[in-house]
Amino acid sequence: MTNLDSKIPKGPLSDKWTNHKSHINLVSPANKRLIDVIVVGTGLAGASAAATLAELGYNVKAFCFQDSPRRAHSIAAQGGINAAKNYQGDGDSTYRLFYDTIKGGDYRSREANVHRLAEVSTNIIDQCVAQGVPFARDYGGLLDNRSFGGVLVSRTFYAKGQTGQQLLLGAYSAMNRQIGRGKIKIYNRHEMMDLVLVDGKARGIIARNLVTGQIERHGAHAVVVASGGYGNIFFLSTNAMGSNVSAGWKIHQKGAHFANPCFTQIHPTCIPVSGDHQSKLTLMSESLRNDGRIWVPKNMEDVQGIREGKLKPTDLKEEDRDYYLERRYPAFGNLVPRDVASRAAKERCDAGFGVNKTGEAVYLDFVAAITRYGKEQAHVKGLDEDDTVLVKKLGQEVVRSKYGNLFQMYEKIVDQNPYEMPMMIYPAVHYTMGGVWVDYNLMTSIPGCYAIGEANFSDHGANRLGASALMQGLADGYFVLPYTIGDYLSNDIRTGPISTDAPEFDAAEKTVKDKIHLFLTNKGKNSVDHYHKKLGKIMWDKCGMSRNAKGLKEAMAEIKALREDFYKNVNVPGTDSEFNEQLAKAGRVSDFLELGELFAKDALERLESCGGHFREESQTPEGEAMRDDQNFTFVSAWEYKGEPADAVLHKEELNYEEIEVKTRSYK
Amino acid sequence: MNLNLKIWRQANTTAQGKMETYPIENVSPDMSFLEMMDVLNEQLINKGIDPVAFDHDCREGICGMCSMYINGEAHGPDRLVTTCQLHMRKFKDGETITIEPFRANAFPVVKDLAVDRSAFDRIQHAGGFVSVNTSGNTQDANAIPINKHDADNAFDAATCIGCGACVASCKNASAMLFVSAKVSQYALLPQGKVEAADRVLNMVKQMDEEGFGNCTNTGACEVECPKGISLENIARMNREYLAASAKG
Repeated sequence: MTNLDSKIPKGPLSDKWTNHKSHINLVSPANKRLIDVIVVGTGLAGASAAATLAELGYNVKAFCFQDSPRRAHSIAAQGGINAAKNYQGDGDSTYRLFYDTIKGGDYRSREANVHRLAEVSTNIIDQCVAQGVPFARDYGGLLDNRSFGGVLVSRTFYAKGQTGQQLLLGAYSAMNRQIGRGKIKIYNRHEMMDLVLVDGKARGIIARNLVTGQIERHGAHAVVVASGGYGNIFFLSTNAMGSNVSAGWKIHQKGAHFANPCFTQIHPTCIPVSGDHQSKLTLMSESLRNDGRIWVPKNMEDVQGIREGKLKPTDLKEEDRDYYLERRYPAFGNLVPRDVASRAAKERCDAGFGVNKTGEAVYLDFVAAITRYGKEQAHVKGLDEDDTVLVKKLGQEVVRSKYGNLFQMYEKIVDQNPYEMPMMIYPAVHYTMGGVWVDYNLMTSIPGCYAIGEANFSDHGANRLGASALMQGLADGYFVLPYTIGDYLSNDIRTGPISTDAPEFDAAEKTVKDKIHLFLTNKGKNSVDHYHKKLGKIMWDKCGMSRNAKGLKEAMAEIKALREDFYKNVNVPGTDSEFNEQLAKAGRVSDFLELGELFAKDALERLESCGGHFREESQTPEGEAMRDDQNFTFVSAWEYKGEPADAVLHKEELNYEEIEVKTRSYK
Repeated sequence: MNLNLKIWRQANTTAQGKMETYPIENVSPDMSFLEMMDVLNEQLINKGIDPVAFDHDCREGICGMCSMYINGEAHGPDRLVTTCQLHMRKFKDGETITIEPFRANAFPVVKDLAVDRSAFDRIQHAGGFVSVNTSGNTQDANAIPINKHDADNAFDAATCIGCGACVASCKNASAMLFVSAKVSQYALLPQGKVEAADRVLNMVKQMDEEGFGNCTNTGACEVECPKGISLENIARMNREYLAASAKG
């Protein structure tokens, strides 16, 4: 075990980034033209990085597995993006955003990175508005804000429930400008299959054209992985069907440490599972908790009545409802952080108060908000505030203008009108805070290989606050990586183009081809999805919202056995020279089958509860998570050694200079 | 539910395609259309038949990847949804469902139900952006107030997911609704106005080069658009185009 050097610059926290930028090496505009950079993934982080690198003058090759960069899963982010603009004058500041993010992450993120994130957050909003991103505005024409979980200010900028879409289209438009200029070459429907190292440095990738099956070699002076999170390891998650860990896992196999794999975010407000056929879960944005109140019935008879269809939730009187978040956490109420809200929902459902047939759902109720807004509108318009029908109608209009698309999504999936009936929701896997370990410059343990956005681990600790993922993706891509990468590339101005004829490319290509051959000739009896679903069940049951040593040990053994069975019995139809989705999926699931075991090992090793990681052995008498700062104030970074069980742990000690490490309380 | 599926099968862009019929049993009305397709594919794989290729990703109606033409309508019979949000409760037990790819000369079939929509990307390369550097050294975001109605209209246009349903629904395979949504978003915002004239000329030129048809105002695109993008955008683009052409 060694201590990792995170290369945090010296000096006071608030000056680190400015000083660092002023002192790192630069590459001249003339030399940038001689340097090639590969960016894998075109979500917020990848698209913004590709656009900015190209704009600076580098030659960029961007890869995405979708048919267009605009479809990367950042597009689905709903609620908003944080920035310390303090437009509302409610006491926000860079420090407060920094502090909230560290506290929200349960004191397991890197202080210097988080401060930098808070510093550049305001630039992101300026940048996006300049690009023509249509954020929500008030009648005065200025930008509107809403509030998100775990904070006491309104700092979230939004575009209805489609903020991710608008931000990604903004970054995509910046890419389009550079594609038009020929500075970005875009490879749609391509998948990164392996990283190529020459003399210990990242010098290119092997990619597969998903339409023709062609294996391609691409050389570059640096490789940036922006391939998102690995929530799909659970099979059911709010991720897109194609979201995968493969790019991150390939660089892990080539020497990049993988950090805190067990830090997963289970989002409290998702549409509950309806049956075995389910292929994915749909999120209902956290912004709904601004106006929705979460509850279950107080009495078991009412629960039974509802499950049997004899009672409707609207039949229950106020005093028969248990608004359990408001009861347990009066200060933050329905806006506690996601991990806290998820565990509280699980606690009520485990106690038997779940309100759907499976017993795994709670209510998210908008009636109070509809009435409040309705009265306000009636007052503004000089109408009768006591006319309940009118008030309801006016209130519903306001709610529709704020969350219309979310309500429509809910209605289409569940076949129930959420303006009339409370929504039913349950926690689901949403985001992974863990990821590839990077230093302050966002470089992985492999020289010249970088990881940005959700693919890395650094900014969210053990739990991410709402509306911070979009902020981090764009911060990394627009404002951090394009500058830090110059420091490394300044040594490459005389290198010249990277040849793909090197034996290292031959070897990597052979490994890729051998694995494809193995899948296609295996002719086993089970489909790829068969294994993915089994893996997902192990993960959800034993590595989900609550974890214990026994379950985690079982998970490790079961995943290993499942992986061995996969290689013996998986059936991948078709050939390697056509559009073959099953083949692509087989590769992705094979990587999940390795990561799953490391995930369980990491969770087993971390014998404390922190953020989204809840160990049953480490809780207070009231059932709240109990951190162990004495023994676990570090990042677990795992080094690949073949079998996941043999991975070697390296620690990055977390030092807090500016912040006093305290018990996280939202009461 | 038991259903008969008539599905377009085509091995690749140049191969000859044809309709194949597959029966499917025990479909739950709560399944999404794509989950029903997953079940079909699992059955086909087990029988040794090549599974049906189709595009899909987010499965929550926002990525714009899914693109099926179901019973003669882009994204099927429901309104304001993509194929992935269409649920089987919209169909009847025993029904025969015809499933085709989005058809247009500018959208060649990749395989079965998956088509190549990169023409949309190329139209955006030609002008779908504001020429501002991403350095962050711009003015404060609140420096220019924007009328709320303009901002809301720009947002409504910007919610286009680029799925291509408008093209598939149009008898002329015109891309006017798609292109006009992008042109409108920028034309309505002060940040986009600066280069509005060049933008509309360049994007329309590229649209024509890609082989999309002309608009004859039938309005099918608006009806089938899963995001309810309004025909007003086409009128706005025509005005913008005319004004830009007049300037020369």
